[in-house]
Amino acid sequence: MVIINIIVTILLGAGLFFTFVGSIGLLRFPDFYTRLHATGKCDTLGAGLIILGLLIYHFFHYSETPLIPAKLIFLIIFIFIANPTATHALMKAAYQIGIKPWKTGEKRE
Amino acid sequence: MDKQRGFAIVLTFLIMAFFWVLLSGIFDAFHLISGVICCLIVTLLSHDLLVKGESKKRLLKSIRLLFYIPWELWQIVLANIDVAYRVLHPKMPIDPRIIEFETTLRGEFSQVTLANSITLTPGTITILVEPERGKFLVHAIAKEPAEALLIDQTMQKKVAHVFMETGE
Repeated sequence: MVIINIIVTILLGAGLFFTFVGSIGLLRFPDFYTRLHATGKCDTLGAGLIILGLLIYHFFHYSETPLIPAKLIFLIIFIFIANPTATHALMKAAYQIGIKPWKTGEKRE
Repeated sequence: MDKQRGFAIVLTFLIMAFFWVLLSGIFDAFHLISGVICCLIVTLLSHDLLVKGESKKRLLKSIRLLFYIPWELWQIVLANIDVAYRVLHPKMPIDPRIIEFETTLRGEFSQVTLANSITLTPGTITILVEPERGKFLVHAIAKEPAEALLIDQTMQKKVAHVFMETGE
């Protein structure tokens, strides 16, 4: 059980780290497109790792309800499909409106 | 055609029934029977949404897709480390650019897979896809990821291998 707890803590910590980095990227990056790079990728893996940690914790500590980990697996799958799709939709909308991408050397917003 | 339709109906019904059991979690007669009835109604109304068009070798493609997923997951981890490095580096080593390339992929599902894979892998996000010509417009955060996509083309090859669309 101690090993399980350590693994779960590592997974939650890693998920937290990537979500945190995503938020910092959202604040630091210069324009809309690069900001989406930070959130689109980090949120996917961050949320995935956190849910994976919860899944393992639940599976070993509350093994009388195995349906909940199964549901969490599907949650991860849906996040991994929906998140890049939503990022792409935002990118496409911004591109069609005509937001100019930031280039190296320009002043930051 | 009829065989295709039968396959679509059976597959949709099985998926629906699986989800019903998974989400309800109650296994008495009342809930299972109402589940079967609901699944039948949904299947009859919308079986052509989930499985559509004629497609050969579906099983082989699914198996190849299963082998593609672990590689893709590893790429996602690399992508996140890459973004974390660029975010936390004091000088922020980014050099954004928009690149364009054409692929031989024509299938709907293969193009969606490639587009989502590009978005999840290091430093690139798909902006536009033109389905007829297989043209992809991609925003890259720096020079190296753009070149990985343009010159190496590992990902295009892998997706083409999974969906057996090598261009010939």
